[in-house]
Amino acid sequence: MRVRALVIRIVRQFVRDKRTMALLIAAPLLVLTMMYLVFSGDKYEPKVGVVAIPAPFQAKLETSGMEIVAFGSIEEAENALAERKIDAYAAIRDGKPLIKLEGSDPGKNKSILLLFGQTMQDETQAGSAGILPEPSVGYLHGGSEMTAFDSLGPVFIGVFAFFFVFLIAGVSFLKERTSGTLERLLATPLRRWEIVVGYILGFGLFTGIQAVLIAAYSIHGLGLMMEGSIWLVLLVTLLLSVTALSFGTFLSAFAKSEFQMIQFIPLVIVPQVFFSGLFDLESMSPALRWISHLMPLKYGADALRSVMIRGEGWSVIDDDVFLLLALSLAFMAANVLALRKHRKI
Amino acid sequence: MTHESSSCVEIRDVIRNFGEKIVIERISLRVERGEIFGLLGPSGSGKTTLVKMLAGIDEATSGEISLLGVKLPKLAMMNRIGYMAQSDALYAELSAQENLSFFGSLFELGGARLKERIHYAMKLVGLEEHLNRIVSEYSGGMKRRLSLAIALLHEPEVLILDEPTVGIDPILRKSIWNELEALSAAGTTIIVTTHVMDEADKCHRLGMIRDGKLIAIGSPTDLKTRTGSSTIEEAFLHYGGERP
Repeated sequence: MRVRALVIRIVRQFVRDKRTMALLIAAPLLVLTMMYLVFSGDKYEPKVGVVAIPAPFQAKLETSGMEIVAFGSIEEAENALAERKIDAYAAIRDGKPLIKLEGSDPGKNKSILLLFGQTMQDETQAGSAGILPEPSVGYLHGGSEMTAFDSLGPVFIGVFAFFFVFLIAGVSFLKERTSGTLERLLATPLRRWEIVVGYILGFGLFTGIQAVLIAAYSIHGLGLMMEGSIWLVLLVTLLLSVTALSFGTFLSAFAKSEFQMIQFIPLVIVPQVFFSGLFDLESMSPALRWISHLMPLKYGADALRSVMIRGEGWSVIDDDVFLLLALSLAFMAANVLALRKHRKI
Repeated sequence: MTHESSSCVEIRDVIRNFGEKIVIERISLRVERGEIFGLLGPSGSGKTTLVKMLAGIDEATSGEISLLGVKLPKLAMMNRIGYMAQSDALYAELSAQENLSFFGSLFELGGARLKERIHYAMKLVGLEEHLNRIVSEYSGGMKRRLSLAIALLHEPEVLILDEPTVGIDPILRKSIWNELEALSAAGTTIIVTTHVMDEADKCHRLGMIRDGKLIAIGSPTDLKTRTGSSTIEEAFLHYGGERP
């Protein structure tokens, strides 16, 4: 009977806590939907440029499951590759066939090379072109020895910097409210924006240390591929943390307890992980792909990948950096407004 | 805005509702300068809500509150108000000293002045020897006293105390009340909420609150003689409509 009483009590509490119930039911569905969107989209069709290769071979390539774009010269194709408009190009240089890959995603490299290999094997068997010379394979970034970790590492740096700062900052700001110290602070001449800025600076100090540690450990400790400037990596990691900091403290306004703060993880962290570049979104329908633009993590991860794998500099990542900065400021402003709930002035 | 009157707090037709729920139902009252004014009422009667509006944290839905002649809420007035909340708003990971200097700096106290004020306030609440202890090691009563010390730190002209003596032993409670008397004699206005009847007796004037309404106001002796009661409790019951 006592057990029954306990069961009834738990059921009652559960029913009353709509939020936890919604989380229990809706969150797995949300995550599963995202998995579905990411993994079972349209079949991945590599975009491959060709420069003056024999017409019958080009025709064969077109039927092999690649999207073929013709270029007038190797330079044009090279530019398109650098701008990531194509994933690879095939050309004849000095009488020899050449395949050059963009290279930053080992998965894509493999599937493109496989398609080329199959096409050439078919050609050879059909005998229409005689024995084809083995093409030389080049990479714009990375290389054949690049591992999946090299490719995903920059995203992981971003994800972890973001996740832990989000949670810790959110919970501490929440504690300020639940312990009554926020109310006490609001009974002093302290302005609302001063509270928000104080939090960002105080925590920012520790997130700065965290950024240095994460970046240094992954590059020097784990040997993550690092082509660009370490300073840019630090800048982006730090900005991601600050975004997480302002985002976490802002969202804590909508949680009543630490537990409710944890409930935000599947809602705001998991989607970001899915859309930030851990998974290739190119096979996802374009209509859904725009969601990624709402994810702060995406900008950080993109910038980190550009610097670490492609060795790119400020001119390529400046947009991402400014966007992260703008997002941080926007979340801070939103938090100042959210504090109005506790004191209007 | 500045009135020539001696009143410290003027509450005029104040209503405060949270959504549909009316918490303060048209209260008007004055608190004179240097007075110890008690707000007596059971929990849930609206005392804390009223006191938060006086402290400038909350705002009335309608009506007006002015403090020292200035209409509230106003940020600059926070420097002249000392507020002690019902819950001990302390940073448990920090020492008493660190808590005090943090709140002191929010009121722009620093250097020798801060040190002197910390010494004064801690001596007043009898916590001098525990200045460097971590607050999480404090007992409930000690935390209450530290909260009071923080409220006194910047020498406010108006002291607003929400249930200040909960969990404090009778001897210390007496000494705190003696200090409140001394502060009031020196010109500090003190507004204190309580649901302890014997404490209410020590206030110069009392406002009795029930269900968000001010049911009676006057000095403890006044309230007792008017109702022919021997205790404040009986007087409260009388005004609450439950004549014994």
